[in-house]
Order: sequence, then C-alpha cells, then structure tokens
Amino acid sequence: MEWETVIGLEIHTQLATKSKIFSGASTTYGAEPNTQACAVDLGLPGVLPVLNAEVVRMAAMFGLATHSTVAPRSVFARKNYFYPDLPKGYQISQFELPIVHHGYLDIELEDGRSKRIGITRAHLEEDAGKSLHEAYLGKTGIDLNRAGTPLLEIVSEPDIRSAREAVAYMKKIHSLVRYLGISDGNMQEGSFRCDANVSVRPKGQQAFGTRTEIKNINSFRFVEQAINYEVERQILLLEGGGTVVQETRLFDPDKHETRSMRSKEEANDYRYFPDPDLLPVEVDEAFLASIRDSLPELSDARKTRLVSDYGLSEYDAGILTASRELADYFESAVNAAAGAGKLTANWVIGELSAALRRDDREIKDSPVDAAALGSLLLRIEDGTISGKLAKQVFEAMWKGEGSADEIIEQQGLKQISDASAITGIIREVLGKNPAQVEQYRAGQVKLIAFFVGQVMKATQGKANPQQVNELLRKLLDS
Amino acid sequence: MYQKSLVELAADLQKGAYSSEELTRACLQRIHTHDERLNSFVTVTETQALTAAQAADAAIKAGTAGPLTGIPFAHKDIFCTNGVKTSCGSRMLDNFIAPYDATVTQKLLAAGAVMVGKTNMDEFAMGSSNETSFYGPVRNPWDETTVPGGSSGGSAAAVAARLVPVSTGTDTGGSIRQPAALCGVTGLKPTYGRVSRYGMIAFASSLDQGGPFARSAEDAAVLLGAMAGFDARDSTSVDRPVDDYVAQLNQPLQGLKIGLPKEYFGAGLDTAVGDAIAVAIEEFRKLGATVTEITLPNTHLSVPAYYVVAPAECSSNLSRFDGVRFGHRAANAQDLQDLYTRSRGEGFGSEVKRRILVGTYALSAGYYDAYYLKAQQVRHLIRDDFLQAFAQVDVIMGPTAPSVAFKLGEKADDPVSMYLSDIYTISVNLAGLPAISIPAGFSNGLPIGLQVIGNYFAEARLLNIGHRYQQVSDWHTRSPQGFE
Repeated sequence: MEWETVIGLEIHTQLATKSKIFSGASTTYGAEPNTQACAVDLGLPGVLPVLNAEVVRMAAMFGLATHSTVAPRSVFARKNYFYPDLPKGYQISQFELPIVHHGYLDIELEDGRSKRIGITRAHLEEDAGKSLHEAYLGKTGIDLNRAGTPLLEIVSEPDIRSAREAVAYMKKIHSLVRYLGISDGNMQEGSFRCDANVSVRPKGQQAFGTRTEIKNINSFRFVEQAINYEVERQILLLEGGGTVVQETRLFDPDKHETRSMRSKEEANDYRYFPDPDLLPVEVDEAFLASIRDSLPELSDARKTRLVSDYGLSEYDAGILTASRELADYFESAVNAAAGAGKLTANWVIGELSAALRRDDREIKDSPVDAAALGSLLLRIEDGTISGKLAKQVFEAMWKGEGSADEIIEQQGLKQISDASAITGIIREVLGKNPAQVEQYRAGQVKLIAFFVGQVMKATQGKANPQQVNELLRKLLDS
Repeated sequence: MYQKSLVELAADLQKGAYSSEELTRACLQRIHTHDERLNSFVTVTETQALTAAQAADAAIKAGTAGPLTGIPFAHKDIFCTNGVKTSCGSRMLDNFIAPYDATVTQKLLAAGAVMVGKTNMDEFAMGSSNETSFYGPVRNPWDETTVPGGSSGGSAAAVAARLVPVSTGTDTGGSIRQPAALCGVTGLKPTYGRVSRYGMIAFASSLDQGGPFARSAEDAAVLLGAMAGFDARDSTSVDRPVDDYVAQLNQPLQGLKIGLPKEYFGAGLDTAVGDAIAVAIEEFRKLGATVTEITLPNTHLSVPAYYVVAPAECSSNLSRFDGVRFGHRAANAQDLQDLYTRSRGEGFGSEVKRRILVGTYALSAGYYDAYYLKAQQVRHLIRDDFLQAFAQVDVIMGPTAPSVAFKLGEKADDPVSMYLSDIYTISVNLAGLPAISIPAGFSNGLPIGLQVIGNYFAEARLLNIGHRYQQVSDWHTRSPQGFE
C-alpha cells in the first residue's frame, strides 16, 4: 500500500526580550542556577504577573509577517498541571483566544516549487524552569532561571507531507523570527525547538490517521530523523495489522528512535481557564499600523531585490537571504567592493562560508568582517591582485595578520601589470624553451598553457594572467 | 486610651499626650492579657512594633507625621510581611517567613503605622466562622461561645475587643463585612481593583479585595486612604486617583436615595436582625434620605455561582503549595507523587481540600462550560441587576448577615448552611462593587450589621453614610464586657 505522511509542527520560539514575560527578572542565558528568578518567577504566595508589553509587539510582528490575523483581543489562560519546575502549578499561556491566528508561510521545495503551509495560531506563553536529574545522586535539582521566559508557540496546520518539508518549514520560521529580530533562534540554548505531530494514512484517504506527538526536538537534523523514524514505525505497525496509539513520544538522538512517553489515557486534563490576574490583551489598528511600518525587509522580498540590484542568480540570492545575518554581511561587503555583486556572492558563498564551516563559527563571529572582505574584493576588481592570490590574502586576513592592503604590501603580492616588464619575462621564457616555441609554431597551440605556467612561475604568480596570455600570443604569433 | 478612636489617638500623639511607643506597649499589653481567650492573633511582632513605634515618635517630633504615624494596627495573616511569618491560617504556611512585603504592607509601613501582629483567619480565607484556621478558632468577644465570623475573624475580634484600633482584612465573599457585622465593628470591602492585591495571598483572584476594619467609619476612612491606590504590580488594580475619604465624611444625606432589595428581606433572615435593620433605615429617613424597594432578581444565583468561581480559582491558586519550594513539605517522601500527595494532604485542612476538589471538578474537561462558564455568565446577570438598581437609587441597604453570631461548632459540619451566612455579601464580590458593614443594633447581646452597597468607586459615599449614621447612633461605641 502507498502511504501518505501528515505532519503538523508546534514550534516554540523564545522571544528576545531583556526581561521575562511577567516579571522584571533578566532572561540572559547561562547564569548560575536560580539567580535570575525573582519572587514572581518563584511563584511565591501573593505575587502577581504583569505582562511585558514587548512580547505583544513581537507577536504582532510575527503575525503581520505571516499574513495572519492579529487578534484585537486575546486572553491569557492558565494551563494547570503539577511539575517541580513549574513553580505556580500552572503555566500562563493562551488557549481559546491566541494573539495570532489564521496565517501562512510559503516554503520552497527541493524541486523548486513553492508550497503554502497554514499557520493555525501563534500564542504567547511562559516557559517553565529546568529539572536537573544528573549530578544530584538520586535527587533532582531545579533551576528556575528559565521560568517565565517568553515563548511564542507557532502551530502549523497539518499541511506538511514529509520530513524534508517539515525541515524546510522549520528553517523558514527560524529565518523569519531572526529577520524580525524577535528571537535569536539559538537551538543549543533551547531558544528554538519543536514538537512534531505525525500520522500516516493510505494515499487518497481523506481522514487523518491516529497521530503521535514527538516532543522537544531541538535541531533540524533531529526533526528529519525523528519524523522519518516515526513514519516508518507507524507504517510497519499498520502493515503488520496493528494500530497506532495516540501518545506523546520522545526522540533519542543517540539511538535515532522515538520512545513512548505517555499515552492519551495518562494525559493531563489541563483545566484551562482565563487567568484572573491578567487583563485581556487589546491591540488596535493604530498599533498594528505602526508595527507594519517598522517591519524589516523579509527574506522573499530581499531575495528578489538582490537578483535585480546585483544581478545575482535566484539560487545565489536564495542562499544569501536564508538568514538575515548572511544577507546583511553580503550587502555590507558588496558596498565595500564597489557593487561587485557576482564576485562578492561567490566569495561569501564560497571562501567565507567554507572558512566559517571549517572553524565552526557563526557569521557574526567571522574574523573577516564584511568591510574587510569588501576591501579585498576591491583589489581583485582593480587588478591589484589575482583571484588566486586573493585566496592567500584571505587566509592571512582570517588569521588576523592585517588588512587586505597590508598583507598584499607585506607579502609583495601586487600583481605585475606592466606590459614591458611582462614582455621581458616572456622573452626570457621563450629563450629558454626554443623546442617548445618550435612545436607551438608548428601548430601545437595547446602549448600556450605551458608558457603561461612558466611565466607565472617566474613571477611567483604575480603576473596579470590575462596580460600574460595576450602578450604571449602576440610574441609567439609574430 | 484603648477606648479611643484612631483619629483621637493620632491627635494625642501629635500633641504629645503620650508617645507611640507608650501606645504600642499598651496595645501589646492588652493583646498579652486578653488574646489567650480570643485567639485573634497568630503572631505578635513585639520587637518590630517597638522599633517602628520609636521611628514613628521621631517622625512626630520631626513634624513629618501623617494621620497613621505611630498608630498600632494588625494585619490579617494573608498579607505578606517581610521577615515575619505569613501563615494564611494554614499548616501549609506555618513555616513560611515572607521574603517580601505586600503592597498594602508597604503602604502602611510608609504611612508610619505600627504593625503589632498578624491576625488569625480561616485557612486561606475559606470560611465564614474562623473555625477552619490551623491555629484554632477565634472567639467572638461579645460571647466567647460564638464565632466572630470569617474569614477575617481575628482582625474583626481584635478591633471589637479594643486590642488594636484598626486592622486590615480581605473580602472574597464577605470576609470583611460578615465578621465586622458579627463583631460589631465597621468593615469596608472596596471596589475590585481599588486596593492592590500584590502580596495578598490569593484565594479567588477575581473576587479578593483588601480593606479596613475599624470602630468607626471615620477611622476606616483614614485607613482605607492609606491602603488604596493604583499598583503597577497588580494588573487588575485600577489607575484612578484615590478620593479624599476623610474630607467627604460630613456630606449631608439629604436626598440620598436608598434602595432596599426585597430579596434581602425574605425567608432565612432572622427576625431580630430584620427589625434592627428597619430601625436603622428609619434613622436614615430622618437624616433626609428617601427609601424605595428595589429588586435584584438574580440574587438567588449568587451563592451557587460563587461556589463555582471561587473554588475554581482557588484550585489553581493553591497549586503552588506543592512542598517543593516553600511551605509544608512531607517528611521522607518516596517519590514525586508521594511528596505532592502527602505535603498537600498534611498541609491543607478539610475545607480547603473540599474547595480544591470542587474547583478542580468545575474546571475539568467536559464540565467547564456547564459550571465555570455558566457561573461567569451569572456574574454578568448579577452585575446587570446592580447597575439597573443604581440607575434608580444611590445606595443599596440591607442586613450584612442573616443572623447574629452563631455558636462555635454549630455549622462546622454543614458547609451549605455555612455558605448561606454569606448570602447578602457574595453578590457584591461577584459584581466587584464596594460595600460597608456598620453596627446597627444588638440581638441577645450580639451585634447586628447593616450593609450599604455602593456603585463602583463610591467608597467615599459609603464612608460618609456610615459616618453620618454614627453621628446619630452609638452602636459602634459599645464594647464587649470583660476586656477592660
């Protein structure tokens, strides 16, 4: 039987506010346990939440960027359950009336087609703390630094049909929240993670199959692995005459498999009800208009612009606009390189990206910043150095040996473009290789490469290759 | 000096008749002498009180004193007080030293008032007789075999017995007004949002409101003036200037339109109470008021709606008491479930458990619409009843409670009968309105309270009405025997 996979994702993205969603405590990552939890985060008796207005602005930005409705009135609700790292015994979330609903996002498939994924809703909520099971000898430590960190939970429609599509969608959301500046998207620190709802059904069947929910997946690779494993597991089960149990599962990245966590029967009844400590969030048209005006250029628009402004290919523009940081880097570099679009694109996608990958660095931590790269590319453009030597200069710049001009100067890499100097060297080379000259003139024109190589060798690669070619032909053919 | 009102005490302090330290010592002495019988205090903060009194004396000398500077008072043990046990009448918080001050605590501290202790209360403010306290019941100073009312029973009894001139309380369904009535003192429940709830341990967040207990409306006006005000830390607090309650006390009552809801004078009302209220209403007529009968047709729905909303909210509010971070923690827990079950099982008393169970049920999947949502709709009906009434009249009057103080133990095993003792007070909380209870007579030596309900933010009018009535009556000046 042919099966169809149906996937919906719930992406939890941490909003990049300075303070928590309902308290003034800092959200900085990595502090000593329980040093960034105030009375409100600890859920002390008598404390009350006060909404951080910044999260409303951020959620509205996301809503507008995904063609969603930003609700004029949304309501915080309590999701009640007991867990040691949930200080109040309830999480403040949004339930019936989320701040964002009914939107969509277009993703690009591998075959170049575009697909629209519906966004059911995006709601604001607070994160819980962290339970630390290791290192306490049979006890559990609790760190409440993360408690009260603002999250935007983005729920997709079950429009996704493969693990690859799920990854493409997740990457697009990841890129979007970073473009909007509403999240740092740091997956190692848990700022961007997802739950995947997965089911399969016989191809052509309308009704959905029974789904399972894979919780807390924190990398693109794991999303793909987890979904693929789960799809295969469900198909095997069904083809063996079994049934899929609706349950929550965990992905084990070491074993590449999902494991049952709890079944529907064991599931909590969260007893949602509107939080009486918080007023409904009201958003008016003037507020939305001000946000609409302040939205940055997003990836699709920027891609189109890079193609038209710099003559880039769709493919290159797509790579460069996949993240806001990369696109910003490219545009700064291209400005410093006097608008040499194609050359800059090649370098950013080629040399720079390779070096970043090799040293496992983020672009914001690149030792060669955009202006520095641009000034190097300028030297290729103006003929000071060849592209080949530029790579050598780039490596030196990467190691912190100086600016492009300093390194070119120090290492004496300046290109020889003086025709009489090159002619002199050519004459020398021809004089030393009379046999080859003879053969060339007898018709073995391929030998031109040999002569170019000899000239370049004699100049340690500094001769302008184009000039060498021209002058060689002139002298040999005369 | 213990028979003097807050206003008189403040004047004496101001002119140096005695110091705040002397006054505070006298107060502490009276608590020491009499409270063993009443059990109105959970904690007496002698050392802090004397330090505060000395600071107050310095402020008086420096000429920076306000109307509350140096005045001893007690906080209901529901307001967090930095460094002082804040038990909420529960074993669960018997070991809880609050690490911060409630907004009300801060405000009274800033006003120079001298806290002498924390008063006993029904556990987590759930009760109408002060019998659910982990620290044992409070006794009514008018008859120690009867209850003081609840949940702010300690605060009411302490003022009635003249242990302190004023105290704070909280009112979720009548917890200020009903004990004020049963103890013969003045108690005011402000408009929802008038007094900050920050640091006031939550029972039912959409109903809870702090307010003053005093011997007179005038004293209550001074205390409320210091308690009220917008607080950015409480999202439900209302950003609106606080009226000058004292300045408006003497407004004439000529032309005041009083409404008497027929639903408040029907079956279930003790005859003696009804008669006393009728006499008091007559007094208002003499003061120039007009009286009309009105109707609040949905009154009968208020107790059922309240006993869905309040338990629902409390079931969630009390989830934080899990033995993990503060409060009672069961010994030798085997696992997490055991820790939760036993910490909560041991820490909470039976009335609290009953309400958590009821509330959990009301919020459960499949029952939410039938109970919680329906109860919220009923709240709208009740509020609309009041708004229609206030289109015709200025204030609504009636009995605060259906009877005078009942015997200790009389209703302890009959929750429904206990719940009905708040029948006249509950709808006020559901609507978020302000109301005051003032002494209006006695039956068999036990006090009777008159409730005056006002429109939103009409606290000044309520205090004015109470004050004018207290100019022509002396119920509020009477004090129980045996506390000399």
